[in-house]
Amino acid sequence: MDWMGLLVIPVVKGAIILLLLLTATAYLTLFERKLLGRFQVRLGPNRAGPYGLLQPLADAVKLFFKEEVVPHHVDKPVYLLAPLLTLVPALALFAVVPLGPSVHLFGREIPLSMGDVNVAVLYILAIGSVGTYGVMLAGWASNNNYSLLGAMRTSAQMISYELPMGLFVVSLILLSGTMSVTQIVEQGRPWWAWLWLWLGFPFFFITVLAETNRSPFDFPETENELIAGYQIEYGGFKFAIFYVSEYLHMITTGGVVATLFFGGWKGPFVDRFPLLGVVYLALKILAILFLFIWVRASVPRVRYDQLMRFGWKVLLPLSLLYLGITALLVVFLL
Amino acid sequence: MEWLFFALFALVALVGSAGVVLSRNAVHSALFLLLNFVAIALLYILLGAQFLAMAQIMVYAGAVVVLFIFVVMLIGNDTIDDFVARERPVLRVIAGILVAVFAAALVYVSFWAPNGRPNGAPTFGAVESVGELLFTRYLLPFELASVILLAAMIGAIILAARTKPPVGRPED
Repeated sequence: MDWMGLLVIPVVKGAIILLLLLTATAYLTLFERKLLGRFQVRLGPNRAGPYGLLQPLADAVKLFFKEEVVPHHVDKPVYLLAPLLTLVPALALFAVVPLGPSVHLFGREIPLSMGDVNVAVLYILAIGSVGTYGVMLAGWASNNNYSLLGAMRTSAQMISYELPMGLFVVSLILLSGTMSVTQIVEQGRPWWAWLWLWLGFPFFFITVLAETNRSPFDFPETENELIAGYQIEYGGFKFAIFYVSEYLHMITTGGVVATLFFGGWKGPFVDRFPLLGVVYLALKILAILFLFIWVRASVPRVRYDQLMRFGWKVLLPLSLLYLGITALLVVFLL
Repeated sequence: MEWLFFALFALVALVGSAGVVLSRNAVHSALFLLLNFVAIALLYILLGAQFLAMAQIMVYAGAVVVLFIFVVMLIGNDTIDDFVARERPVLRVIAGILVAVFAAALVYVSFWAPNGRPNGAPTFGAVESVGELLFTRYLLPFELASVILLAAMIGAIILAARTKPPVGRPED
């Protein structure tokens, strides 16, 4: 049996990606606070280390040493399970994102993605649909009216926005003729297909914002009406897991968006230096993260009924229309 | 190697389904159901039916169980407990019928039904083959199912629209 290829390489790859993702997550919090500071004509955190670079470390240490409290009125097993159910889907999403073309190391060809499966696009949708559980169960298990209300709202929102998101992804599958993410990245497209894809991008990005619960759709965190939604009863490390999951989810969805819409690791000179692909992908993700934070700094939170109305009455018909036109384009032009 | 994974996933599926029946709490039952669905999806992957596995997670784990939990959250556990206590005799009859049906199916599958992987079709659960079958051999059932789903959807919308004024508008 090929232990090296079946076990050692995937485990090492997974560990490296995990480490990179978690470090990136820690620094994304700093990136967001710095940027928000700039948007609001402040400096942002700048006390811990030069330019505040040690701030994430300080935050992590603080959260680690907080007292763990489990309130006695919660449903304990579900209460403890919920943070994990938000963390795992956020992390698992990244498994199908190719980081670059294959590299040659120690005399073997190593593809720079965890799983190159031929249903990768469906995998993305499936993981996205499972992501609702963490929020829902946290709200229910907390046994707190505010938590429950927040959880109900958030899950209704996530379910409503999954539908147009799925339809946009179906259009993308039609346009590419494949469900393998690697092939979507590697195949060439005529210029009008890119144009049509990018025309749909703003709408897809709105669904992504709703799916990751980011502003202006950050209903779990409506401090002014629900205190903090499903997170109220969580403190210390359990809260940290929710917090990390949110930022991790931003990065992994950023990776998915960069891969599906902007050519993933592609860029000049990648065929000569394969590792350059990782750099390009990271830069693209960074640009998308900037977009996330930019939106947060500029757009106020929408009202809940506006959100639902927009999802069902604007985004859903639009995504159906987009799907129809894509089908016509594929049949007549491709 | 394959049988090891099969045993593991099958065990998880069994634990999940036992948990569904034995849990006292409706949300716990739904969570065990989720576990069961995920284990079944993994069994599909072992069979090489990746599309079925993903569809299983998307539809059953991602939509059906979410809906269950949503309903339980909406009407509350106590209401369900009251209902169960009140309708126990009727529920017993229904459960008995269901057990009989599933026992019959189990006996049929273990003794008479063809077993294992369909011959000569290693890609029977891949996207292409499922799509082809749906649009050729099973076209009529497929279309019928969509019509029934559409009818159910329209019915649900009519029911919801009749009992309530426009949804979710706060008194502003």
